[in-house]
Amino acid sequence: MIDERRTSLVGYLVRLGDDNLVLAQRLGEWSSRGPTLEEDIALTNIALDLLGRARFLFTYAGHVEGRGHKEDWFAFFRDEREFTNLLLVEQPNGDFAHTMARQFFFDAWSVPLWEHLSASTDPTLAGIAGKAAKESRYHLRHSSAWVTRLGDGTEESHRRMQSAVDSLWRFTGEMFWSDAVEVELAEMETAVVPVRLRPRFDRTVDEVFAAADLRRPADAFQRRGGRLGLHTEHLGHLLAEMQHLQRASPGLRW
Amino acid sequence: MPYEVDPAPGEIPVDHPPSAETGVSPLWEVFVRQRRGLAHVHVGSVHAPDAETALQAARDVYTRRVEGVSVWVVPSRAIRASDPDDATDWFEPFADKPYRHPTFYDIPKEVGQM
Amino acid sequence: MTRTIVCYGGEVSPPEGRFQALIDADEKIEPKDWMPDGYRSTLIRQIAQHAHSEIIGMQPEGNWISRAPTLRRKAILMAKVQDEAGHGLYLYGAAETLGVSRAQMVQLLHRGQHKYSSIFNYPTLTWADIGVIGWLVDGAAITNQLMLTRCSYGPYARAMVRICKEESFHQRQGYEALIALCQGSAEQKAMAQDALNRWWWPSLMMFGPHDSDSTHSEQSMAWKIKRVSNDDLRQRFVDMTVPQGEYLGLTIPDPDLMWNPARSHYDFGEIDWNEFWAVVKGDGPLNRERIEHKVSWWEANAWVREAATAHAARMTGRPEVA
Repeated sequence: MIDERRTSLVGYLVRLGDDNLVLAQRLGEWSSRGPTLEEDIALTNIALDLLGRARFLFTYAGHVEGRGHKEDWFAFFRDEREFTNLLLVEQPNGDFAHTMARQFFFDAWSVPLWEHLSASTDPTLAGIAGKAAKESRYHLRHSSAWVTRLGDGTEESHRRMQSAVDSLWRFTGEMFWSDAVEVELAEMETAVVPVRLRPRFDRTVDEVFAAADLRRPADAFQRRGGRLGLHTEHLGHLLAEMQHLQRASPGLRW
Repeated sequence: MPYEVDPAPGEIPVDHPPSAETGVSPLWEVFVRQRRGLAHVHVGSVHAPDAETALQAARDVYTRRVEGVSVWVVPSRAIRASDPDDATDWFEPFADKPYRHPTFYDIPKEVGQM
Repeated sequence: MTRTIVCYGGEVSPPEGRFQALIDADEKIEPKDWMPDGYRSTLIRQIAQHAHSEIIGMQPEGNWISRAPTLRRKAILMAKVQDEAGHGLYLYGAAETLGVSRAQMVQLLHRGQHKYSSIFNYPTLTWADIGVIGWLVDGAAITNQLMLTRCSYGPYARAMVRICKEESFHQRQGYEALIALCQGSAEQKAMAQDALNRWWWPSLMMFGPHDSDSTHSEQSMAWKIKRVSNDDLRQRFVDMTVPQGEYLGLTIPDPDLMWNPARSHYDFGEIDWNEFWAVVKGDGPLNRERIEHKVSWWEANAWVREAATAHAARMTGRPEVA
């Protein structure tokens, strides 16, 4: 593989790995804090799916890169400016409505993404995508149901849900922005240009918002920068906690 | 073992009070068919506000979402059970009708396994 | 085993007789069977407290999910803590067959009227604590749980069979994490030894008081709720665990621990019963924190449960039914 293409592919795999790792880390924080026992279990299932996906992506990225980096190197030995996850996933959990809004937006984007990638010309990525698409469809059922239930629940739940949607909307635009990495890989039909995912995302959002009696925020200011390693202030704290043990004593077996 | 530790001295055993909390979900019984060819088997229960959630919870809790498994959820209050006190009426006592039981018959050994 | 239906010349035997006959024949008591009030209330308390233990147990281990040192360890720990939630759920379900609701049991825990296993009142200060909990605490739980699969009450016994099947990886993952530490750097090994020093005695305390000091033991044995005495279970645990500690190259913090060839068991030192009773009464290291965490998150999420109920009622067009 040509060096440039290799670099692009690694970059692409890593950004998807980062998305899923950071979101899994956030969901893991709900353990023993969920609204019901059943929901605690459901959230952990989702977290495990995302974490599993991240591990496959990092492992494959390391293989393509060819410098001997394994999954843990990507997770524990890169700094904030090297992480390329979406800003959406590093946002704090907030209340349950906030977590479900974040999850819903992520799932509504993930489903078309992984379905497209199931047809990738890269067979390993296509394999990972096949499983991820199935999982994300299940996740979307779960998050849509909660957005609906909370949007169309009580006055309080409606207020919280609308507030969560309003607060996170500015991070959704980044999911459809592309740079040279995606464009190049899409030309080879290895990846998909994100803007192609927008129509299905919009349809899903409109359907669920209608059932949930939620108002779509006006397309005002949209934040981005995650793909370039320009994050919100949240990521630094998340990584400090996650990486501490490895950074304190690098090179050990655990 | 710890869960059965006696009440500490002075602790009064408690009557189980009715719940005043709102937002209590109904109970659903869960039946799982592990794979094709088997019957659904009762595995336990979950609390959920509606059928869709109950099904998701049942899959999350009792199958960990293994492929090929079929799950039924039934509101617990919909289940009608036979009363064990009716056992003597509903189910024929074995002692009364021994001719239905294989050991009642003497099959000569030469006939072989039956 | 041949099933016998008790029938005395046309008369129906009294319910107490039927109940005891089932117990004596090692048959299971099922939810709609007649049972003495004491049997029912003892089981409700025991099963509920077992469930509460699983749920509270999620906290000390969950404390290290965000900081697990590798992605593999993170996934394993998340799965283990999730299993504990599931086990709590199965057990609440088993208790509900006796006529108490999950909401009631949760309230009893929140109000401090129900207890949970004291071991979970201790803090997980280092990563090594996670390994030691898997090795010792799950080891102790498995010792007890195998016995409970033979408990006389059907739903409880069946929940225990399910739990035991899932439990197999719990102890192994903790022990494996400890092997890595004990074969690692000097600091890692020291971390493991320090964790063992803090968790050894609380683990022995998990088996409860001497049977001579436990008023309920005798009745529980007669009803086959309890099948093996506290002291026997504790001895079993020690005998199994000491060689495992030797393999790790760790020192168990008991100067009186010694193999006794005459008994073919390990002799071990006396538990500090003052500490035991203090923790049971609520004065252990983190008793208040564990309950505060549980109660505060439960209350903070009340609006979620209310919304779910309200939405469901609207969908079925019926007034809200619990």
